[in-house]
Order: sequence, then structure tokens, then C-alpha cells
Amino acid sequence: MGRYQVVEAVALADCAMDIEGDDLDDLFATAARAMAELMVDPATVATTVEREVALEAPALDRLLYDWLDELIFLKDREALVFPGAEVRVETGPPCRLRARLRGGVIDRERTALRADAKAVTFHQFHLERRGAGWHARVVIDI
Amino acid sequence: MKTIPVAECIWEIPTSEKAGMLVPARIYASDRLLARMDQGVFDQVTNVACLPGIVRAALCMPDGHWGYGFPIGGVAAFRSDTGVISPGGIGFDINCGMRVLRTTLTEAEVRPRLRELVDALFAAVPAGVGAKGFVRLDEERFREVMVEGAGWCVRHGYGWPEDLAATEGRGCLPGADPSQVSARAIARGMDQLGTLGSGNHYLEIQVVPEGGIHDAAAARALGIERPGQVLVMLHCGSRGFGHQVGTDYLRTFDQAMRGYGITVRDRELACAPFRSPEGQAYFGAMTAAANTAFANRQVITHRVREVMARVFGRDARDLGLELIYDVCHNTAKVERHEVEGQVLELVVHRKGATRAFGPGAEDVPEAYRAIGQPVIIGGSMETGSALLVGTAQAMRETFGSTAHGAGRTMSRHQAKRQVWGETLVEQMAARGIVVRAASKSGVAEEAGFAYKDLDEVVDVVHRLDISRRVVSLRPIGNIKG
Repeated sequence: MGRYQVVEAVALADCAMDIEGDDLDDLFATAARAMAELMVDPATVATTVEREVALEAPALDRLLYDWLDELIFLKDREALVFPGAEVRVETGPPCRLRARLRGGVIDRERTALRADAKAVTFHQFHLERRGAGWHARVVIDI
Repeated sequence: MKTIPVAECIWEIPTSEKAGMLVPARIYASDRLLARMDQGVFDQVTNVACLPGIVRAALCMPDGHWGYGFPIGGVAAFRSDTGVISPGGIGFDINCGMRVLRTTLTEAEVRPRLRELVDALFAAVPAGVGAKGFVRLDEERFREVMVEGAGWCVRHGYGWPEDLAATEGRGCLPGADPSQVSARAIARGMDQLGTLGSGNHYLEIQVVPEGGIHDAAAARALGIERPGQVLVMLHCGSRGFGHQVGTDYLRTFDQAMRGYGITVRDRELACAPFRSPEGQAYFGAMTAAANTAFANRQVITHRVREVMARVFGRDARDLGLELIYDVCHNTAKVERHEVEGQVLELVVHRKGATRAFGPGAEDVPEAYRAIGQPVIIGGSMETGSALLVGTAQAMRETFGSTAHGAGRTMSRHQAKRQVWGETLVEQMAARGIVVRAASKSGVAEEAGFAYKDLDEVVDVVHRLDISRRVVSLRPIGNIKG
């Protein structure tokens, strides 16, 4: 089971996060949860929407970048957030991802809003093997 | 890292401090502000000093803090013929900026209806995560907005013709190229015109406090006559559209710069020669996003006028709800500046820094040409903001730039640990500031203690004469995302 933590000392006005996963699938799913929890309290979002996503990128770190960008896009375009995700990552090349997302619509009356993620930055951005698992640092502009 | 004092409130980091620095870095700060700047500022401003084509120095304003790529408060100018353009020197929130309107109302007139006014503004201006705007556009109309900016809004009844003269670049920067914008950026941002966003974005009712007018003649030119006068201030940008343009081109430049043999010390500083196909494409798309930000602030202005007219039962013109000025603080613009005795065409990047052109400069509205371009420095939601004017010294020292805000000193998480959003709203209400926010945790993140002392930032830019203090403002009502 993956985990993440906010790194407070980096980029004061933004949100830096360290994300750990047992494997790549776990890390990508944890990154989706971290993104959702940054934007809303997931307990206040009814799980009513499932969505399938397929992405392809020239490198693994770019795949993670595109994955998080896709989640931000869905928040702005359709007011959707997805705390749950099952992800399958193929290391390629090219690197591919297939995911089933579970979440719901941001309800202006019911959903406890947090920060509006603007974009994923490349500042300190990395994805690497660490021990038996995987580690990523992402800094989200909010 | 060695910081050498070179003049009062000016610190220089020489090129010897980091391999690859092409010019020194200059930080504008008092001793106290410098001591409180985080290490990221020094790392980042010296990284910027390594970028190809940079001239004179990489600059950081006194509100500077650790950002991504450039520090927040960063200013850098690159030769347009041999230099680069970098999305990380502008930020994802392209043309994030400030707008301030005057009124003829006094605090005594507004106070009895303040809560009603704040509630009505909160209802009328969508804010926070997932908000949709009130201006419905199809793709063709949205492309018109990209090119025309605030002018499109005025043409469609969302503003007054004179608003344009009081907006930087008349609310429409030249060179916007919608063909360089992705379908994804359009799909993401098309429904968000007229939304505030979240984070440190706000719509605020402010008052000129007793003793708040520092330069009566300049204040009069801005239409500010006396303490107690009520103003309306707005801080927001290009929303998801601009954020996606920045994202798209960061990816493009990350690949493209290898082909140009450019290496950078932080991947977020990905860049391309300004005159390259990628550089020109980004400039066209970035300018399109900048114009939509002007449009966003313009339609929100229209909403503010509608709401205030309804709440006070008087026409917006009768309330004197005139635009003082609208100024960007996240852009890259092509400008001409003197460098070592030569006038050069430069691509001036300002990331969390405000243009501050001096008296007589082109693109300063005629009404302000004698005093200099109005500068709006937004403080924290608790402490207040300031109006200044640009100076001739700013043209010589900082490529016509100054600070943009108070500048954070504390992470958002640390701020949330120190105060609950609900508690802060109650504390502010007890001090006469009414707050409505889409996110309670967002309120805690923006607490006054998370920022530097605005007066100290303003004092530094005033002492440096890179802008001149005119009016201090304090908030009485705040609408947040």
C-alpha cells in the first residue's frame, strides 16, 4: 500500500509531495489519491463516476507527469475528482498506463474544497527505484 | 552562498559563486528580509543567471521566496535575438495580476451592508476548486477572447470603454496566436471565464485608513481623495486555460532544448531560444492566455459593478466604480531597455513581480503619465495592500519592475497547523473583516502570519526608488476561493 507526505520546506507557496509505492502501479495509484486529497476531502465526494484512462509517454517520469496532468484536467473540465484508481503501468518503451478511476463530481454544496491544483511542475520532479519499491517527488503549483 | 552588499538594500551574488552563471544575481531586500529569505531563493536566482542571453543580472524583489524554476519575485531580461524564453520564468498562472477599482462610497456607508455585500459577491463570482464561470462561450468566441482580451468583454457589454485605458497594454497584449494553443487548453479553460480560482486569489473590499495617504498629489491622480474611501481589489489570473498552456509548453521545451544544446540546472527552467519555432509558438500561446486573464478580471469587474449597484440601490457609475488600474505580475513581454549604454530589445520575464514603468513611459495611461504607472501590491488577507507608482529609477535598475506582494515565509501546511480556518474567520470578523471562502482550509493557509510584513516590503521598494509609495489600504471584506 503506497503512502505520501507533504514536504513543507520546498516551494513555500506550492505543495511538494514525496510519494512511495511498493511497485509502479501502487505509486501511480497513490499519486492519484494524493492529488484528490490535495483538492478536496474525499469523504465529501460521492463515488458515482468511473472513468478509464490510457496514456503513453516517452519515459516513465513523463508518464507520471502526464497522469497527474490528466487528473488536473478532469477536475477543471468536468469538475471530477478521483480518490480511487487501479493502475497498470508498462515500462515499455514506450511507457504505457491503463487506469480505472473511481470518484465523483465536486458538489458545491457538499464537497469540502481544499486547494485548486494548477499544474505539475518539473521543479525537483523525479521518479526512481528506491529499495524494493519506487519513490517520486512532485511539486504541484496551487 | 556569498551575498555582497553593493548599495543600501541591494545584495549581489557574483558569477564566481556558481559554475555557469553568465551574470551576477541581485537581491533587493533589507537586512531583515534578506535574513528571512529561504535558501531556495539563492539557488533559484543563481540558476536563472545561467540561462542563455540573460543581460545585466538575474533579479529578485524583496517579497521573493522559493518558487519553482524562477524564485517568486524573480525578474530576468533576455536579448530577443540571442536569448531564451522560459515558461518557468512566467509561471503556470499566466498573467496572474491585480486590479483595483475606486468608489465614492465611504466605510461608514458600506459597513452596515458589508455582510450582505460580501455574501452577494461570493454568490456572484464563482470561486474554489471546480468552479465554472458565468460567461458561456463556444470555441470560436473563446478564440476571439484570446486575441482581444479585455476589449472583447467591453465589446460585449462586460465593462466600460474607459476600463481599457486603465489596463496594462489596454488589456490586450500583441502577438496572441490561438493556433499555437492546444485543444486540451481550450477544453480545460473555456468554461472558467469569470472565476476567481483559489490559493492566494481574492476579491476584497478595502478602505483607505487614517494616515494611509502617503502622497496626496499622486493619490488624487488615482482618484483617492480621503481616508475612509472604499476600494475594490481583485487578484486572479488565466485559470485552467493558462495553466494548461504552461503545462503543454513545459513538456515541449523539456524536449526541444536538447536540440538547441541548452542545459539547465532545474528542469522547470526548460527554455528555448525566443526566435526559435518553439519559442515563438509559446510566446503566441502565452500571450493568448495573458489576454484571457485580462478578460477574466474584466468580466469579474462587471459582476462587481452589478452586485454593488444592487446592494446599494444606485447605478455603478453613480457609485464611482471606476477602474484605477490593472497590472500583470506573471508575464514575459518584449520591451526596450538600456543596457550598458545600448538600447536593446529584451524579453523581460516577471514571475511574481510587477511592471513599474516611470513617468512619461509609453504604455502608461495618459491620466498617470505624470506620476508613473500605478503599481498594486497585494498583501495578506488580514493585513492590507498598497498602491504605488513606477519610477525612472526602476527603468534603470530593475527593467521597470518592482515587488508584487508580501511574500510567504511559511508553508501552507505549517499555517494550517497554527490556526483553523473557522477560527481565523471568527478572529477576522471580530476585527471588522468579513470573510467568505469556498475552502476553510484555504483561509488558514492565507493567514497574515504566513507572510512577510507588507510595510517592510513596500518600505524597501520605496527606499530603493524602484516604486513610490502612494496609498496603504486595509481590508474590510474578503472573498476567497
